[in-house]
Amino acid sequence: MKKSYLITPFIFLCIIGLSLAFPPTNQAEVATKKASISDTEVKPQQDKQASLAAFDEMMKVVMHKRCMNCHPSDDFPRQGEDSHLHYFGIQRGKDGHGLPAAKCGTCHQSENNDFSGVPGAPHWHLAPRSMGWQGLSKAEVGAALLDKSKNGDRSLEDIVKHITEDPLVLWVFNPGLNHEGTPREAPPISKEDYIKAVKKWAETGAHLPQ
Amino acid sequence: MTISFKINGKAQTVEVDGQTPLLWVIRDLLNLKGTKFGCGQAACGACTIHVNGEAVRSCSYAVKFAADKEITTIEGLSPSEEQLHPVQQAWIDEIVPQCGYCQPGFMMATAALLNKNPNPTDEDIDNSIINICRCATYYRMRKAIHRAAKLTQANMSASTNQEETTSETH
Ligand code: FES
Ligand code: FES
Repeated sequence: MKKSYLITPFIFLCIIGLSLAFPPTNQAEVATKKASISDTEVKPQQDKQASLAAFDEMMKVVMHKRCMNCHPSDDFPRQGEDSHLHYFGIQRGKDGHGLPAAKCGTCHQSENNDFSGVPGAPHWHLAPRSMGWQGLSKAEVGAALLDKSKNGDRSLEDIVKHITEDPLVLWVFNPGLNHEGTPREAPPISKEDYIKAVKKWAETGAHLPQ
Repeated sequence: MTISFKINGKAQTVEVDGQTPLLWVIRDLLNLKGTKFGCGQAACGACTIHVNGEAVRSCSYAVKFAADKEITTIEGLSPSEEQLHPVQQAWIDEIVPQCGYCQPGFMMATAALLNKNPNPTDEDIDNSIINICRCATYYRMRKAIHRAAKLTQANMSASTNQEETTSETH
């Protein structure tokens, strides 16, 4: 107890001594320092909110059935508006392109076939098992997108490029007609708004909800 | 649109709308009737052919994609008119067809499977040969696929032996 009584005034005197030894050069400098401190305090918070809002927006596409049907957490693609198991027992195969004689490319070509009702886009195949999203929450899918051990060793920049430019990803905005000639459901926001949201999310720190 | 490709080893050029299903071109323009139309929705497999060695359902394959590719139909499966492809031989040996309509598609799918997997298990067959036979000849087909695998292997070892004998005599 006695020791602490002695130490506290000593620290106080040291602080006064130091502030006299290194006084601020002028008032303007003090003001600048304050402004920059308040900037860094407020901006991340604003960025985080903007980032989370953008994340919500882009996830309307990323977690739409048109994407999810080929991001199964098991080895079987889904199809249709009700995401039923792909007919004919289609399987992932070794490389996500199906099995010999029952490959994705046996039926799916590089563009939609609106006569047969078979959808198509370049390199039509299943996402790797590590990017299986079925059963995950939005935040978990977001975390998988950013996790290099799951996303094919992609940086944030690579991911942004992949999910805003890959024609297979962008197919969701032009999903064609089904076998009955009915248009497949597209995501609820436009391609332009989706791309804007992805870029905003990344620029503002790629925040994920808790 | 002018589209050129090779079909059963022969060069062909067709003048046709690029969206036309390749099956239409094969049957109606090139008069190769072995490939069948079943559903037109890539669901049954009756129209299966090979494009660059891979099984493709030609009812759902726009002819424009065939440009500069090698196409094989059931008519071109055997290496010559005198020599049957092992799949054809096995199909005869096991008396597989009933009405026969689906069979060319199954045989083309089987040939594509054996190219990638020369010794398929029952499970491999079930998973990869997903065509539909209204006459339900699946049981005989499975036997024929195993037989075709054996015939292919026997052919391969015979040709390897022949090559060795030829190189020894030279
Ligand atoms: S006719 Fe092509 S799959 Fe049925
Ligand atoms: S043999 Fe008749 S449909 Fe297969």
